[in-house]
Amino acid sequence: MIVSQVRPVGEASSSLEFLDDVSARTAGVSRLEMCIQCGTCGGSCPSAGDMDHTPRMLFAMIRAGMEAEALRSNTPWMCVSCYHCVVRCPQGVHIADVMYTLKCMAEEKKTYRDKTPPNFARVFVSQVGRFGRSWEIGLSVRHYIRCYLTRLPRMAPMGLRLFLRGRVEIMPHHIHDKKQLQAILRRARELEQVQ
Amino acid sequence: MSRYLYYPGCSMASSGRSYRESIAGVCEPLGLTLTEIDDWNCCGATEFVGVSISPAYALIARNLAIAASERQNGEPLVAACSACYLNLAKADAYMMERPLLNERVNEALGAGGLHYDPGTVEVRHLLEVIMHDVGLDRVKAAVKKPLTGLRVAPYLGCMLPRPDPHNRWKNHERPDDLDRLLAALGADVVDFPLKTECCGGHMTQIAPSVGLELIRRLVDEAEDHLADMMVTVCPMCQINIDAYQGEMNAMFHTKHKMPIVFFTQLMGVAFGLDPKELGIGRELTDARPALTRIGRQPLATANPEPVRRPRPDKRSLPMPSMPANDAGPASKAPSAEVQQ
Repeated sequence: MIVSQVRPVGEASSSLEFLDDVSARTAGVSRLEMCIQCGTCGGSCPSAGDMDHTPRMLFAMIRAGMEAEALRSNTPWMCVSCYHCVVRCPQGVHIADVMYTLKCMAEEKKTYRDKTPPNFARVFVSQVGRFGRSWEIGLSVRHYIRCYLTRLPRMAPMGLRLFLRGRVEIMPHHIHDKKQLQAILRRARELEQVQ
Repeated sequence: MSRYLYYPGCSMASSGRSYRESIAGVCEPLGLTLTEIDDWNCCGATEFVGVSISPAYALIARNLAIAASERQNGEPLVAACSACYLNLAKADAYMMERPLLNERVNEALGAGGLHYDPGTVEVRHLLEVIMHDVGLDRVKAAVKKPLTGLRVAPYLGCMLPRPDPHNRWKNHERPDDLDRLLAALGADVVDFPLKTECCGGHMTQIAPSVGLELIRRLVDEAEDHLADMMVTVCPMCQINIDAYQGEMNAMFHTKHKMPIVFFTQLMGVAFGLDPKELGIGRELTDARPALTRIGRQPLATANPEPVRRPRPDKRSLPMPSMPANDAGPASKAPSAEVQQ
């Protein structure tokens, strides 16, 4: 189901380039063009209070072609992927997936202001690329050393208690066919560059 | 025995170990055979897709391709972690919805000699398999030690009932599946209003104040409903509420001690299995003291009688009644006169 895009009469198409770009890069059919600015998304959002812009406002900015401002907003990074907005949206906009797209774009252009969330994601991605599985303790320790060094002493007892209850994997688990996975990821990364 | 392909997910080896142990325990009484797919990789959680999209979906699709090649006669692929379930289901749905994504993902899979046609593998969550394929009758028949007197708050979290890419859930915000399952085990089920609210997911790692506030809401509410413990279906929810409860207490100056266990652990307890083998005792907020409540009378205060204020006399004016000078309330005296 491809949604036809309605362009306001008399407006230059250039301002909609960013909207088109976001829509094209989203994994599913984003339906972002269908947003009616009702604000159900922001009203349903558990972390709206911590966002620079509510999702509704962010979508208006995307539509207005305010690329730089939209990619600087912390809104996508505060999204907890709870999908409350997605099931309530009367227009069926894939809001959470649009947030992922905006994160990817901000990550590419390095426009985010708080480096903690993208750092965490990057450590996660590099680990999965190396081992094929995520390795919780390695991820947490590396993340805390990079971003929350001062909180590390407070977290250590929790790590120890988890370890004593057998809930920590000391060494990462490697999948057998890492070469295959890495070849797949390399090819996918090349394809992602082609727009 | 019905056979299913099984995708455990990375956390089953570490933080969600008790989930793995309890699933292994309850499969036999339920007549389920879960065959782990060979050499599966991480589903990417909510992190991979926030860095670049095609690689994230190629990562997930490798698992779907492996599952498709291991199917013998159309077995579904079952995941027990909500994030793994959603990623697998979403990749399948979006590859069907967007031909461009399908093309890219398959070209990437081709670099590893794999291929996946969207729609081939049916992705399902363990809870849904138990509710629909096994059925509550079979669950009830397997119960040897009903959880009478144990007051539980069912907590589904977000990613199982939402966004529901294959339209399997009738209610996305207040589904009663887990409630009915726990009631079938004999537990006293709380009507938990926040059952599909968010635990914060990765927020405890990247924005702790946001994550801890979401955890506080859940634990506060469970405590207000006098729950002995919370019951979840997702390893992420479990570790957030269990391990970060101490951090949350420190931040909000509270003293909550709300244990949270996996629904399969309680099923195992009700089926008469050894709690130790079900991984009970691995939680940081110990669930064992609460489990000793099983078999006892439910808390007398659990369902308190609503306090009813006496209704004012219909004929008297809606004024606050003042203490009477004489014996008896003042409001009654004039109305008695009127009656006469």
